[in-house]
Amino acid sequence: MTALLELHAVDKAFGAVRVLRGVDFTVEPGRVVALAGENGAGKSTLMKIITGIYRRDAGSMLYRGQDMQFTTARQSMDAGIAMIHQELNLLPALSVGENIFLGREPVDRTGRIQWSEIDREARYWLAQLKQDIDPRTETGRLSIAQQQMVEIARALSMNAEVIIMDEPTDSLTDVETKILFDVVGQLKADGKGLVFISHRLGEIFQMCDDVAILRDGNMVHQGPVAEIDEDTLIRHMVGRELSDQYPFVPAKPSDVRLKVENLVAKGVRKMSFEARAGEVVGFAGLVGAGRTELGKAIYGANPVRSGRVEIDGVEMQLRSPRDGVLAGIGYVTEDRKLEGLIQSHGLRRNMSLTGLFRFTGRSGHIDKRAEREEITEYINAFSIKTHGIDAIVSQLSGGNQQKVSIAKSLVPQPRILILDEPTRGVDVGAKREIYTLINELKAQGLCILLMSSDMPELLGISDRILVMSNGLLTGSFDRDEADQETIMRCTVAGLTEGTVE
Amino acid sequence: MKRSFDLKAFALENIPLIGLIVLMAAVSLYSPNFLSVDNLLNILRQTSINAIIAMGMTFVILTAGIDLSVGSILAFAGAVCASMIAADTPLMVALLTTLVIGGALGAASGTIVAYFGVQAFIATLVGMTMVRGLVLVYTDGRPISTGNFDVANSFYEVGGGYVAGIPIPVIIAGFVFLICWYVLNNTRIGRYVYAIGGNEQVAQLAGVNVARVKVIVYAISGALAALAGIILTARLESAQPTAGLAYELDAIAAVVLGGTSLAGGRGRITGTLIGALIIGVLNNALNIMDVSSYYQMIAKGAVILLAVVLDGRSKTTSK
Ligand SMILES: Nc1ncnc2c1ncn2[C@@H]1O[C@H](COP(=O)(O)OP(=O)(O)OP(=O)(O)O)[C@@H](O)[C@H]1O
Ligand SMILES: [Mg+2]
Repeated sequence: MTALLELHAVDKAFGAVRVLRGVDFTVEPGRVVALAGENGAGKSTLMKIITGIYRRDAGSMLYRGQDMQFTTARQSMDAGIAMIHQELNLLPALSVGENIFLGREPVDRTGRIQWSEIDREARYWLAQLKQDIDPRTETGRLSIAQQQMVEIARALSMNAEVIIMDEPTDSLTDVETKILFDVVGQLKADGKGLVFISHRLGEIFQMCDDVAILRDGNMVHQGPVAEIDEDTLIRHMVGRELSDQYPFVPAKPSDVRLKVENLVAKGVRKMSFEARAGEVVGFAGLVGAGRTELGKAIYGANPVRSGRVEIDGVEMQLRSPRDGVLAGIGYVTEDRKLEGLIQSHGLRRNMSLTGLFRFTGRSGHIDKRAEREEITEYINAFSIKTHGIDAIVSQLSGGNQQKVSIAKSLVPQPRILILDEPTRGVDVGAKREIYTLINELKAQGLCILLMSSDMPELLGISDRILVMSNGLLTGSFDRDEADQETIMRCTVAGLTEGTVE
Repeated sequence: MKRSFDLKAFALENIPLIGLIVLMAAVSLYSPNFLSVDNLLNILRQTSINAIIAMGMTFVILTAGIDLSVGSILAFAGAVCASMIAADTPLMVALLTTLVIGGALGAASGTIVAYFGVQAFIATLVGMTMVRGLVLVYTDGRPISTGNFDVANSFYEVGGGYVAGIPIPVIIAGFVFLICWYVLNNTRIGRYVYAIGGNEQVAQLAGVNVARVKVIVYAISGALAALAGIILTARLESAQPTAGLAYELDAIAAVVLGGTSLAGGRGRITGTLIGALIIGVLNNALNIMDVSSYYQMIAKGAVILLAVVLDGRSKTTSK
């Protein structure tokens, strides 16, 4: 069988930084090829070269046997290559249907947009993904996971021959991931060629036929998944052995740091729980369970309608994120592109934004030396791959952006840390670094709330797990009692309890 | 190899400065007199008013806002100041009161933008219209002379005097520049200004008091417009009801010529200063060349367009 897409000896550099070196890569019809590699290995760059967003410096590309050089994303789209980008690319103010057909709206002869057609098609593709979303909904109102499903629907609706998925699952829970895999199975059967990028290695073994591994811009391995095991895969990715993915240190018993009583807010109905200093409390739940809203309510970013929040025994009135920061709460958003980082600004400005008061006196004068030292420390401690302290955030790889986002929340030295999907898009090695860091912070007495849709991660590093469903608390487990099965049952337990607005 | 790369990066970073130098070189070829100390000081003095307004405007534009009310505030401040001087108010009292009034008018627009969610364009358009109305009511449509008291003489110095051969307005503009530069580059509020323009939602979630910063930014713009009004009134020894008409356009042009993005979050106060100088040099050169004022406007528009296009191109092709 001939390959759909064949890249040979592709080179790419950004300025003086060489990102891809002589890379070969093949996509075959009816197969899913996984593209693995650490953060910043060059995966997204390679995909953007295929779709014409970036130009290769050297090398060749055959698409369906023909030499090709796309110069715009539009060209590759018209030629039958669809890509789901790592960062969401939807326009929040447009409707779901408009987003799905953005730039290729069906028109009649007079040039009028055929709304009914958009509506019908959008409905069809969303139904394929088992999403009960009205195409006329304003996209910005959807959760991140739902938006991701809209992105997927958009790619599917192009009826492309090659579909590239750059970390499509990193904001999905198991349920949506399963749906996606079923759809991918169909596409495979139809003879499409698929590329799948993910840092959740389990998924690679679960649904890919081949795996290609990039390390520092070199293609170090490409072959069938069946011939490789996880340890070998990791070794190829990071160039060394990694042991013990979830290093766990039990919490020392200590005082209650955070007490939430009957908290009601948008998306949250009557939540009560306690979390101690030096403890990691994991929150499990489906998309829309209210975990993000709960985290934001505690931080002050989601208005609290009733209920009490106590920190170290003192009742708090948190009306804005500013109050949250001053009360000693650190918050890492699940949506680093829109809410976490200023994409067009440098690393330093982003990282010190929340904790700027630590480098200024009353006069507001910034002690730039202290700032530089601290930021540099974080860059080293988190091994953030960057060419400088003022490198523009949008030019960092996705995983490195995530690390910047976490570091940013730590600069103000919080007492409580709320982590919403903290390892989204982070590679295995760096995930482990983040877990180790969580353990360190925990040992220093921080109280950590961890919202994650990655179940093994939740089970692996939480001291306790609370389950939310439909805005309610539906389960509470100690580490030893928790297992995937029971938790899954609780995640749907609230669904019968009326609806949350 | 490495060296030439750096040079290119430097050039791309400093297009406004290079533009200014090229412009000055070209004009001096045409008219050797252009580079005389007298003429250069003259340009600086003429530029100072627009530069001061434009520096305030820079703050606003960096937050992704815009301030159309500066011309009207300038006129109102001038009128109030002139009548105070004419009533023999002590100089410092008159100046400070005027600055506070300008700041308050700016803060009012800022409040409407920040707390009522009205778009900056609309809010300051309303401000521009209403304050201009206020000027006409206050002056009854006639100029206000600064009068014959002694204080009027010292007041004149603010706009027409010299210290060590340098026009006082230029010295004032220099001070304003230093303060603005310091605030934008070395203080918390400066960082917040950039952050809000870069992504307001991110700034909000990071605990920045976005609304407060916005009010401050418009207050700065208003106060600097009032300062410009003081200088203009002092120099003319009277306040004109139509003073400052369309000044907002020159200020915005200076900011944009200086490379600050109208989308907010990116730009430098140094750029604004250079932008104001480009406009000043251009005006001066067109006068030296005896170009009629009708054609001057066309030429000015063309230069601004050229600069913005060049700048935009350098920013999109750096991929
Ligand atoms: N537009 C750009 N300008 C400069 N450098 C860039 C640009 N885009 C990417 N890079 C750099 O290229 C390298 C590879 O980035 P890329 O996004 O391809 O990584 P990745 O393998 O997709 O990583 P991740 O798993 O974190 O998404 C990184 O070091 C990144 O900083
Ligand atoms: Mg990537």
